[in-house]
Amino acid sequence: MSTRSPDSPPLPEAAFARSESVARPAKGGPLPLLVLAGLAVLGLAGTSLLIGVSHVSWDALLAPSEHQRAVQVLVISRVPRTLALVLAGMSLSVAGLIMQMLARNRFVEPFTAGTAESASLGLLAVTLLAPGLPILARTAVAAGFAMAGTALFLLILRRIPLRSALVVPVVGLVLGAIFDAATTFFAYRFSLLQSLMAWTTGDFSSVLRGRYELLWGAFVLTVVAYVVADRFTVAGMGEAFTTNLGLSHPRIVALGLAIVAMVTAVVVATVGMIPFIGLVVPNVVSLMVGDNARRSIPWVAVLGAGFVLLCDIVGRVVRQPYEIPVGTVAGVVGSLVFLHLLLRRNDRVG
Amino acid sequence: MIEARNVSRRYGDTLVVDDVTLKLPERGVTSIIGPNGAGKSTLLSMVSRLLPLSSGTVLVDGMDVARTPGDALARRLAILRQDNAVTSRLTVRDLVTFGRYPHSKGRPTVEDRAFVEGALHHLGLEPIAHRFLDELSGGQRQRAFVAMVLCQDTHYVLLDEPLNSLDMKHAVAMMKELRRAADTLGRCVVLVLHDLNYASCYSDHVIAMRGGRVAFQGTPDELMRPDVLRDIYGMDIGIHLVEGKRIAVHYR
Repeated sequence: MSTRSPDSPPLPEAAFARSESVARPAKGGPLPLLVLAGLAVLGLAGTSLLIGVSHVSWDALLAPSEHQRAVQVLVISRVPRTLALVLAGMSLSVAGLIMQMLARNRFVEPFTAGTAESASLGLLAVTLLAPGLPILARTAVAAGFAMAGTALFLLILRRIPLRSALVVPVVGLVLGAIFDAATTFFAYRFSLLQSLMAWTTGDFSSVLRGRYELLWGAFVLTVVAYVVADRFTVAGMGEAFTTNLGLSHPRIVALGLAIVAMVTAVVVATVGMIPFIGLVVPNVVSLMVGDNARRSIPWVAVLGAGFVLLCDIVGRVVRQPYEIPVGTVAGVVGSLVFLHLLLRRNDRVG
Repeated sequence: MIEARNVSRRYGDTLVVDDVTLKLPERGVTSIIGPNGAGKSTLLSMVSRLLPLSSGTVLVDGMDVARTPGDALARRLAILRQDNAVTSRLTVRDLVTFGRYPHSKGRPTVEDRAFVEGALHHLGLEPIAHRFLDELSGGQRQRAFVAMVLCQDTHYVLLDEPLNSLDMKHAVAMMKELRRAADTLGRCVVLVLHDLNYASCYSDHVIAMRGGRVAFQGTPDELMRPDVLRDIYGMDIGIHLVEGKRIAVHYR
């Protein structure tokens, strides 16, 4: 069939109107812009390396008297911290994008769907029941919990007849609050509220060499998401659309769920929750370049890294020498940007 | 050949499609008509494996749709449903390109690109090809979805109310385009239609449903008679010969 020539002669009647309003040119993210954004993020990363109580600057790195100390700080603390910021920012934002496609709703992300809360419930369970496990195993258990929690969320969504755009995240928040309540109760009973704080508040100040490397796993998952990007775009168009194109919708959902759950678990286990990033970044990118995941994932990754770097830099600078956790800064900045997007979305043609 | 054998669909206690056995003509335009709730869309969804059957079998070229791998069917049969709520910001060209997915698996070749441009051209979408779906009118969006389905280049093309939200000019153009697909490309086009007169003027074969069963099958001329239509719709519909076509007058 496919050997047939596609360009058969046009209709003699020239049937279809050519009177469509000549639209403005495609808003888009041409490659050069993406490269520029990437360079800006590199600049932020460079800045992030040089901020902190211990004096690290190009001068210090080169001066013989301070050389050794500065290099040490750089290698053990600063570089791991910056890498952790970039990796967490990228993978969380892309996870948010995937969630939005799977739920077909712009207002969900791992922190409004019960994913992060169930991951931290999982971490608590491991801490209580098998305290000796290595970090990798603990994260795996958290990922399992996160997957189950998110699957429950998607299952509830299927049962809700009125899927108004705003009901969906409310369901997720309710579910997350229930997980959270259970977690807090057990943490309180077993005097683990301190540890719980570490998972629930995104904070990079304790990131050191040897304590963040798991985040590379989240990065690998982000690359996997890019490889299968088309499937997520198709799934985002709905189940019938997906079936018509010969793909299995349940399988795509399962794959996306696995990626989102693992990324969330890794981030929660290593640096804690960073709210709003998975919501704000994909929404901004959607306005800029649309929802074709093949095109938007690179943007989401780059801007996600930039957003987290920026929030972290702000948190480190405003009260020097103290720090405000990145989770707090991201919460404030993110909620403002998100409110703006929410109000803006309404004035587009329906 | 699409063949339905004793196909039924039940929602709770209600039989929406009731033991339908049917062979669809191998070529040409076939219209499915009938009152609301007659089971037209449900039947079309079951034939195209979007909806599981409560009982019965559907065969497409001898392949059981319930057991055939999805991607094999996707190169043989394309379906467009009635409600295409758009939550994604895709451009029209991106959407139409996804019609090639069963062939290209996401890596469109030069040939795939030619199909896309052809479909955009035939549905008059070139001027808006770069625009996002959520910025289009209902009719423009409907044409974009039809272009995508035609771009899938399948022998069987199933469309549930393709004239939805189209104005007269675009509705006529759409029917001509579907006629062209049937005549020059030899496709089998199956439509659910509400407007009897489009069914009368553009189809080779008509299937009428009522209460989940097939109430009538035949040519448009055999359908367009007051007694036949009264049976199907339960109302008196006048038939007039206008420019050689039987036209139903049902406004009074």
